[in-house]
Amino acid sequence: MLRGKSLLLAGMALLLGAAAAVAQDKPIKLGAVLATQGGPAFLGDPEAKVLRLYVEKINGAGGVLGRKIDLVLYETNGAAADAANFAKRLIAQDNVDFIIGGSTTGETMAMAPEVERAGVPFVSLGGASVIVEPVKKWIFKVPQTDRTAVEKVYIDIKQRAMSKIGLIAGSGGFDKSCTDNARALAKTHNLTIAADETHGAADSDMTPQLTKIKNANVDAVLYCGFGAASVVVTKNFAQLGLKSAFYHNHGSASAQWIKGSGKAAEGVRLPAEPVLVAKLLPDRDKQKAPGIAFAEAYKAKYNEDPSTFAGYAYDALLLMQDAIKRAGTTDKAKVRDALESTKNLVGVTGIFTMSAKDHNGVDAKSFRMVEVKNGTWRLLY
Amino acid sequence: MLSTILQFLFSGLTVGAIYALVALGFTLIYNASHVINFAQGEFVMIGGMATVYLVDAGAPIWVAAPAAILLAVAVGVALERLAIAPARDASVVALIVITIGASIFLRGVAQVVWDRNFHTLAPFSGDEPIRVMGASFLPQSLWVLGVSLLAVLALAWFFGRTVLGKAVLATANNRLAAQLVGIETRAVMTLCFALSAFLGAMGGVLVTPITLTSYDAGVMLGLKGFCAAILGGMGSGVGAIVGGLVLGVAEAMGAGFVSSAYKDALAFVLILLVLCFRPSGLVGARASERV
Repeated sequence: MLRGKSLLLAGMALLLGAAAAVAQDKPIKLGAVLATQGGPAFLGDPEAKVLRLYVEKINGAGGVLGRKIDLVLYETNGAAADAANFAKRLIAQDNVDFIIGGSTTGETMAMAPEVERAGVPFVSLGGASVIVEPVKKWIFKVPQTDRTAVEKVYIDIKQRAMSKIGLIAGSGGFDKSCTDNARALAKTHNLTIAADETHGAADSDMTPQLTKIKNANVDAVLYCGFGAASVVVTKNFAQLGLKSAFYHNHGSASAQWIKGSGKAAEGVRLPAEPVLVAKLLPDRDKQKAPGIAFAEAYKAKYNEDPSTFAGYAYDALLLMQDAIKRAGTTDKAKVRDALESTKNLVGVTGIFTMSAKDHNGVDAKSFRMVEVKNGTWRLLY
Repeated sequence: MLSTILQFLFSGLTVGAIYALVALGFTLIYNASHVINFAQGEFVMIGGMATVYLVDAGAPIWVAAPAAILLAVAVGVALERLAIAPARDASVVALIVITIGASIFLRGVAQVVWDRNFHTLAPFSGDEPIRVMGASFLPQSLWVLGVSLLAVLALAWFFGRTVLGKAVLATANNRLAAQLVGIETRAVMTLCFALSAFLGAMGGVLVTPITLTSYDAGVMLGLKGFCAAILGGMGSGVGAIVGGLVLGVAEAMGAGFVSSAYKDALAFVLILLVLCFRPSGLVGARASERV
């Protein structure tokens, strides 16, 4: 009787072991929804390139936990409704273990209810603070928020002993969120906003707004916006000969903006992700080596320098690998817990330390303050 | 204070000259067919984008710009031959809808052939601002304004003094009668699309150093140019210039004195008022139907 029981147990153990071995060999399913077309294509296109490149690299090196990654990528043109549908499909049909994406804040917020209901670990590449404030159980994000960028700028303004500032912003969602944060943070940083102007998304001349800012005699001007308008604002600023310090947000952190603005960009300061200035970082900086390695791998494959947005996708993949390794499984709840306890993970965007209260994990320190000098970035600190 | 007002005025004239140049393109096709060509903004975009790409490929601007304009003219002719001409007997409204479709198509093609980024060109006469009594403007604005004025003079001469120009007007007035007196009405339509593509693309090259360009730049320019044309009086060359400048100055003054958040709204209110009290536009002749 006793022998029979132990035999049965041994048999069961054998069966379980075999089942476990099969599970180990099954690929890890990574779902992604990225806006590679339409308006936000400048975000989604490099992000998709990074996911394809690095999933291939990771699989070539043996995968994660000995399991290959199987990438299921859905491409959108930034429409929130499509993103929500693809999120449903990833969950119900593709049975993914992990989701990366939502190139924009709008897509992410549309995907959020689906992901929360099904309980899948989700890392967003969207910018605004609403994604992680208030904290949602399953949702994490890579990019620093617009608030973090404003904070970095304000710290720099205070260091230069300036107190009176002017704001100019576009009329898009990011622009508005950035301006709201700029107004709120001005109080806590003891800065006075003496001029507060906006422009239309496709405006071609902002000198009236900048003339009003000029007449307000401010010490510094902060621009909240991105795209073609950021070049026009920069050129008009130079045209009017404003003497104030000029700050942009991290949306202008592109070679395109410098090229478009030409001489007018000289002396403009902005908070930038380390990946943009990886080569200029001091050797003791932990983010130097990963930043350079990433930039070189990307350039070798696609023959162009990676943008900051490419870096977001790289870090999302890094967060996933790290969490799955520490969890030792792809069990969704355990991976989520591991993600929340991410500590000192060195990415190219920042060094991530998550907590139950902070699902972004990077603060103002992760930005580097850069200034445009002779048509390229100069690292200040 | 004076320098501030002057700066608002300069800003308004800069933007207004751009609107005016686009509005002139609308005028031409409207004169020939009473069709409002909503792909006019795309001609502007093609002029700008093609020039940017040729300059980036190493061509000097005086080669790139004419080549880009030629490309736009070819697109204009193709649009007329392939999309407008086959629908010759359709109503004017149907033709307008066709141009809307064409504009979406051209934007799509531009996205694929070129890219989705924004681009700029070096200003023709440097970027050192010209300063007048504490206000400043860029030399490029003078280029835009000057070419707009030249274009309107050339158009006035064309419609008023040449047989071909009169043939265009006759075709617009009554196609059957025009045909009866021996005017090749098909050729007239093609000519008008070619000319307005020429005007649009030339505008695109001129404004790109100020406004920048991208595959979707034509949407905004087309819309504002259309507003300018309506404001000044659809079909009138002088009206296009007046409408463009008034719209530009109204926007700048609105942004400067009232609120930059509402400046577009102010401009549209102005258009509504003009349409209420002078439906034929600021310069347009009062419409009258002969019975």
